[in-house]
Amino acid sequence: MKLVVCVNHVPDTETKVNVNEDGKKIHPVGVNWMLNPFDEYAIEEALRLKEKNGGEVIALTLGGDAHKETLRKSLAMGVDKAMLLKDDTLRDSFAIGKALADAIKDMSADMILFGKQSIDYYDEQIPGIVGELLGIPSVSTIVKMEIADGKVHCEREIEGGHETVETSLPVVISAQKGLNEPRYPSLKGIMGAKSKPIEEKIPAAFPLKVETLAMHKPIASRVKKIIGTDDTAVPELIRLLHEEAKVI
Amino acid sequence: MKILVFTEQREGKFKRTAYEAISAGKKLATELNAELIALAIGNNLDAQVNEFGAYGISRVIVVADARLQMYSTTAYAKIIAEVAEKENAQIIFLSASQMGKDLAPRIAVKLDAGCASDCIALSVENGDIVATRPVYAGKATINVKINSAIKIFTLRPNVFTAKTTDAVTPTIEKFPVALTDADFASKVIHISVATGRPDVTEATIVISGGRGMKAPENFQLIEALADTLGAGVGASRAVVDAGWRSHDEQVGQTGKTVSPSVYIACGISGAVQHLAGMSGSKCIVAINKDKDAPIFQIADYGIVGDALTVLPAMVVEVKKLLGK
Ligand SMILES: Cc1cc2nc3c(=O)[nH]c(=O)nc-3n(C[C@H](O)[C@H](O)[C@H](O)COP(=O)(O)OP(=O)(O)OC[C@H]3O[C@@H](n4cnc5c(N)ncnc54)[C@H](O)[C@@H]3O)c2cc1C
Ligand SMILES: Nc1ncnc2c1ncn2[C@@H]1O[C@H](COP(=O)(O)O)[C@@H](O)[C@H]1O
Repeated sequence: MKLVVCVNHVPDTETKVNVNEDGKKIHPVGVNWMLNPFDEYAIEEALRLKEKNGGEVIALTLGGDAHKETLRKSLAMGVDKAMLLKDDTLRDSFAIGKALADAIKDMSADMILFGKQSIDYYDEQIPGIVGELLGIPSVSTIVKMEIADGKVHCEREIEGGHETVETSLPVVISAQKGLNEPRYPSLKGIMGAKSKPIEEKIPAAFPLKVETLAMHKPIASRVKKIIGTDDTAVPELIRLLHEEAKVI
Repeated sequence: MKILVFTEQREGKFKRTAYEAISAGKKLATELNAELIALAIGNNLDAQVNEFGAYGISRVIVVADARLQMYSTTAYAKIIAEVAEKENAQIIFLSASQMGKDLAPRIAVKLDAGCASDCIALSVENGDIVATRPVYAGKATINVKINSAIKIFTLRPNVFTAKTTDAVTPTIEKFPVALTDADFASKVIHISVATGRPDVTEATIVISGGRGMKAPENFQLIEALADTLGAGVGASRAVVDAGWRSHDEQVGQTGKTVSPSVYIACGISGAVQHLAGMSGSKCIVAINKDKDAPIFQIADYGIVGDALTVLPAMVVEVKKLLGK
């Protein structure tokens, strides 16, 4: 199988967010970056499919040179090849999806795997955009996948349950936590990743459809009332929830 | 100008989020002096769509077909895009549910439209629609505007209020769409229901437990309170990874994002990754033994105590309040 995994490079989950001078983006100072956590599930799934069916796994990312770190991590986990669509300009999901789809369309991939969402902008759009641009189905937020007799069955999380989607290859999927348990890179993998080549391409420019006007830090105004230290505080808690907060 | 609202149903029943989207659409339609149209896709929906009139919607388009009973990304996306094109709708609302978020990007490509995901507020400024959406796990919000001719917005569940207004009798139009097998390139063939409790993303009250619940069986205390209140049950990643609770219940950065009226965190420390999923709750209650636990920093009400004894007392007290 030819498997393409799209990976993103994002601020780590502990990052303190400050707004940049332009008032529109995160201030980059003091930010540590990491492979988008959901993309690890996508990489793991691709590696397992290759281990079972043979083939090749290609990791693909769009971004600046810093994204190479995420490609190295993907290589260390075991992907065969890495490609950087080198672009430092501001892009929205549509524009990223367009560049990814352009790069993937001539790869004759059987499956293109994504994380469910980037934990920077929480957009959850790129997998569907790439699927539609390539003219193939996309199944989002999957927690289970089986391929047999030319059919693909994916279980996806929905509100209050799961649904099973039937589709066929080639297909786009996006991985939700629970799909698998991602492996840790081995020492050998990490060493090997350092010397593997990263192919670079320059994607075509694409206009922005969604424009950020401003970024704000929310002002949390919480009551912060400690009511007591044991179950004797409960009547007062319930009273406050009923009469003051009016939520029950 | 026309605003098209996709109304989500599962197994013939419209979801509250569909009414939230209609009400948000109604508000924007009034501000922009636009026409509001609801679109329903499924099978045998005529009786239910009549009820849309209570939310002040006067035009409903129905696409009905036995094959649309169950959700199909490919078929639903095609229908929504066709209806939007035929009607010349410039604004499309979907709920930011598992279905809406699955559909929106595919429709965006079909209509060459920009899409703002998971919006928590919408306003009109100098003629532009400005959408506010959380980024970086709720540590910041951004205001965005969409520059393409057609604009798509997905609305976070539980944030926009579904409001009944002066009832109207909507006209219901059948919209014919020719569907071939190829349009069902992906389709749902089976649905399994998890617990029968509301999902954390849709519940107005969420009660969550963490490692401080001490053992998986102690979650019965949380379930008992949840069932008394009709609430959803959530969990921290620590207890999901330990196998105490299922992935569906995980709240946080790598779990679900929730915005209930009240979120009750029991034995949860309040790690940033957990806060990422619940800091948008309208009211937060923390029950934790440790007075220095970070969860108290974002809580409205707290009890510094043992969740295992506080929870049963809450069940008793809530039953009293509800007269049960
Ligand atoms: C990339 C990444 C993603 C993550 N994503 C998520 C996520 O989506 N969601 C998430 O929740 N976490 C996530 N985490 C994990 C997060 O960092 C914390 O480890 C986790 O939230 C801790 O869970 P907890 O609060 O249940 O456990 P602990 O941190 O162990 O806290 C237990 C709390 O219970 C209290 N306690 C103990 N006994 C009692 C008692 N009897 N009564 C009352 N209180 C008691 C203790 O004082 C303590 O505060 C993520 C971490 C990483 C690195
Ligand atoms: N710059 C990027 N390069 C490659 N893949 C990306 C990029 N951004 C996002 N993705 C992929 O798209 C998924 C969904 O991201 P998003 O739509 O941004 O929430 C991520 O989990 C990645 O798999």
